[in-house]
Amino acid sequence: MAQIRKANGIVDWLDQRLAVHKLLDVLMNKYWIPKQINFLWAMGVILTTLFTILFVTGLLLVMYYKPDVALAFDSVNKTIMQEVEYGWLWRHMHGVAASVVFLVIYIHMLTGIYYGSYKKGREMIWISGMLLFVVFSAEAFSGYMLPWGQMSYWAAQVITNLFGGIPFIGDALVVWIRGDYAVSDPTLTRFFMLHVCLLPIVIIMIIVFHFYSLRIPHVNNEIAEELDFDLEAEKYMAGDTKGSKVIPFWPGFLSKDFVYISLFMIFFFYLVSFKFGFAMDPINFDPADALKTPAHIYPEWYFLWSYEVLRGFFFDVGGVKAFDIGLAAFGIAQVIFFLLPWLDRSDVVKPAHERPLFFIWFWVLLIDLIVLTVYGKLPPTGINAWVGFYASIVFLLLLIVVLPVITIMEKKGAKK
Amino acid sequence: MAISESRRSFMGFAFGAVAAVGGAFSLVAMKKTWDPLPSVKAAGFTTVDLSSMQDGELRTIEWRKKPIFILKKAADMTKDSKRDVVIDNASYTVVIGLCTHLGCIPAYAPSEQLFKCACHGGEFDISGVNVFGPPPRPLDIPPFKIEGTKLVLGEEGPEYQKMVAEA
Ligand code: FES
Repeated sequence: MAQIRKANGIVDWLDQRLAVHKLLDVLMNKYWIPKQINFLWAMGVILTTLFTILFVTGLLLVMYYKPDVALAFDSVNKTIMQEVEYGWLWRHMHGVAASVVFLVIYIHMLTGIYYGSYKKGREMIWISGMLLFVVFSAEAFSGYMLPWGQMSYWAAQVITNLFGGIPFIGDALVVWIRGDYAVSDPTLTRFFMLHVCLLPIVIIMIIVFHFYSLRIPHVNNEIAEELDFDLEAEKYMAGDTKGSKVIPFWPGFLSKDFVYISLFMIFFFYLVSFKFGFAMDPINFDPADALKTPAHIYPEWYFLWSYEVLRGFFFDVGGVKAFDIGLAAFGIAQVIFFLLPWLDRSDVVKPAHERPLFFIWFWVLLIDLIVLTVYGKLPPTGINAWVGFYASIVFLLLLIVVLPVITIMEKKGAKK
Repeated sequence: MAISESRRSFMGFAFGAVAAVGGAFSLVAMKKTWDPLPSVKAAGFTTVDLSSMQDGELRTIEWRKKPIFILKKAADMTKDSKRDVVIDNASYTVVIGLCTHLGCIPAYAPSEQLFKCACHGGEFDISGVNVFGPPPRPLDIPPFKIEGTKLVLGEEGPEYQKMVAEA
């Protein structure tokens, strides 16, 4: 046991028992962040903030929510919205945060792609981030179902049905996931368990891992300069704070982030107060009806791009059913980003504007994702179906064919 | 030294074996917890009396929480010897009313004699055969048994077995 002396204060008392100074050094004061980064690097902190909001508002909602097909709809739309004091606030904050969190996740991801932050040494950061994205999607989907409105019900019906496309075990798997032949009470209660218990625990664990995975290769920067963090940190600690290229996480980096958090929170509460409707589908204010499908079923905006890839293939090709092609494409779209560090074969870490071909590729990808998102919401008839088809093809080609080719060309160019 | 090491590896092996058996049993138990309850499975039979149906009438009933379309074919509607359920010399289309694409409920358009799925534009003809759009196969036929003018859903009668064998 360590030597315990008479403490000269509460901090010292804790320090002797829990080494709080050491802990703070590791987590804050001696965690080094490059200086040359822009506001796009604040998205991580904003995501952490949003996650906290979701967690806290979720706790308040779960006190009144009832996971039962007979009670769920009213427990949300009557009890929480009308009776519970400030219940409407928690619900709108929860709903808006769940939607905006995806906007920020996408910005965070695209920033990573633009600056090449997934490459050489940073693969685990990227992969843990993508894992977070996938589990977050499951979290969002399971939560979307809980109010038990029409859209909740049919979204659950359609998404669980997708598993039926898996060869051999498909049909049995769908019944197993639902706990019934159709989406019904057992489905609601198990999704409730996933949404409030299992998935949040998994998310918290991956967040911790995601943060940890940053510590060894360190954060990338705007010019993708390779820094010797030990050397720069020594400079900083020796007093050359100007000359050093890094600053400690606290107070340097976080204090700047607080400005971004403040700006973001103003935007967030503007949405919560005046524009909360965008995160709530009007159809979901009708109670679930298993015998009536709404005219158009579409997911929330953040899933539209992959939804469009799923339905983009609407005709059979040489004996392969359109449905199966769509399902395969959809499956690829879900996992392809995990492989990014290996699809982009060039190991030069540089921001996109210093890699001409990659720069074009990046913007084409972004535009294609926007097109997919827009057309994912439109009814899939006539010309819309064709736009969706070509945009889906472009998406797959960009990632599977174009990106590897570009990086191979870059490699050759570099040798000359 | 040698003795204690082989002892240690024996204990490691013993623990591994116990853990593997326990783990396998737990997985089975967990899988079964997710399976449908017996009460859910038992509620899987529904009987409908078709004697009161008019020619050309479409009736939607519920079976295993799924909509079932029963259409009594009028004289001018094309028959499908492979898929029609014949009761009392009348032909019926009996299908699960869930689009085989992603499970939406198609709506019946009597003027065009089509079942149209609004979700992704799939269309099925009067016998439930997919004629347009992404649905990969005709509407599914639920297991049924004929008892006089009654139809029992959930039980595999000889007519159903014959139908499945031919398809
Ligand atoms: S669910 Fe019917 S066409 Fe897709």
